Amino acid sequence: MDGLDRFLATFFNARIFARYLPDMLAGVWTTIWLAGAVIALGLSLGLALACLRAYGWRIASFFIICFADMGRALPPLVLILIMYFGLPGLGLRMPGPLVLILVLGTVLAAFAEEIFWAGLTSVPKGQWEAGRATGLGFTQTLVQIALPQAARLALPPLVNRVLAISKMTALGSVIGVSEILSVASTAQSFTGSAAPLTMGAIAYVIVFLPLVVLTRLLERRFAWKV
Amino acid sequence: MSRPMLEIVALEKTFGELKVLRDINLRVATGEMVFVIGPSGSGKSTMLRCCNRLEEPTSGAILIDGKDIVGCSSSALNRMRLEVGMVFQGFHLYPHMTVVANVMLAQIKALKRSKDEARERALAMLDRVGLRHRAETMPTQLSGGQQQRVAIARALALDPKVMLFDEPTSALDPELVGSVLAVMKDLKDSGMTMLVVSHEMGFAREAADRVVFMDGGLVVEEGPPEEIFANPKAERTQAFLSRVRA
Repeated sequence: MDGLDRFLATFFNARIFARYLPDMLAGVWTTIWLAGAVIALGLSLGLALACLRAYGWRIASFFIICFADMGRALPPLVLILIMYFGLPGLGLRMPGPLVLILVLGTVLAAFAEEIFWAGLTSVPKGQWEAGRATGLGFTQTLVQIALPQAARLALPPLVNRVLAISKMTALGSVIGVSEILSVASTAQSFTGSAAPLTMGAIAYVIVFLPLVVLTRLLERRFAWKV
Repeated sequence: MSRPMLEIVALEKTFGELKVLRDINLRVATGEMVFVIGPSGSGKSTMLRCCNRLEEPTSGAILIDGKDIVGCSSSALNRMRLEVGMVFQGFHLYPHMTVVANVMLAQIKALKRSKDEARERALAMLDRVGLRHRAETMPTQLSGGQQQRVAIARALALDPKVMLFDEPTSALDPELVGSVLAVMKDLKDSGMTMLVVSHEMGFAREAADRVVFMDGGLVVEEGPPEEIFANPKAERTQAFLSRVRA
């Protein structure tokens, strides 16, 4: 057996691929719905906080900034471990997927708030003045004029962050959530082969590549000539 | 003088320690076009922006058709702003909407007109500024002069009683200025009340009913354009005019 054969047998073992395909498909599905829930929670909460911050109420802004700074600074893994293993000691027991969605969704919200906020502050003051001078209220100007322009500016950094956080669903493997990485490492310890990890990598590409392509299309659609 | 459409009474504005406007009193009669000239930093733009409270007056009153807009609630202010059209130096069209959508937005959201009604009105206003054929293009594909005419149409579509112009031609290439001034002349001829901050002295001489010279936050001199341009009384007016003519 030369080097190439050994490499293929280790990383691309067809028998092992076939054996663990059903488990992997289940893992893929778990990763997809977890990521979907994280994205929905993170983006809507982040957008809501950025809009709230736009009103310039001091106390609200202070708490939003604290939330965004903490959420971006804390490592998600530590939060997940505390919530899953620590909180039951205080009488609050939550299932693994819920812990994962809450932690990653909140972390994404912290980043999304900052990204949307950066977009909002980049909208020229004249745009606000034009809206207000035509009798639109603050909220109307925010929704109709500022947000669409802010969202366009926010899209590229937001996509990067969404992809990064979605891949963090792999942290579910430390609290027994059977997503892609969890399935792969379980299979790896049963078989003693690295092939399940290759399978997991392929699964990630299949899940996330369409998302990347979709956002490219979205970016092109949102672009207007400047 | 008939009842003023726009009346500024004892208007003062301070930024911290800096007194930008000191006791400004100005009346613009219905259908009158008043030009405000003066060196930069004289407070003329600040005064104009106080007239729809984009700048908050420190004290004084701004009467639009007899109603004071200073100190009214924010919802009343939004309604009052519908009666005061504003045209900016930098146009400020919404880049994410077509030209016609720019003109429709406030009609629908602030005036609560139906979409069809707003569209019809928008197209009529675009026709008036000679840009109906560009209704479906994006603003950034228009020249500066065209963008400014769309901005005028956007303000007119709300049927304002007064139009404020804040250096409407200062950001334009010289060859595009004429098209904007032509629209303003047409507006004046149709009886619109207009307060204009501008450096277009030639246009002021030809179209304005009255010229106001401001310096150091004060109205130094006002009168018919022939008088102000031919025989300015105040020394500061003479100095300013000789500088801009040179």
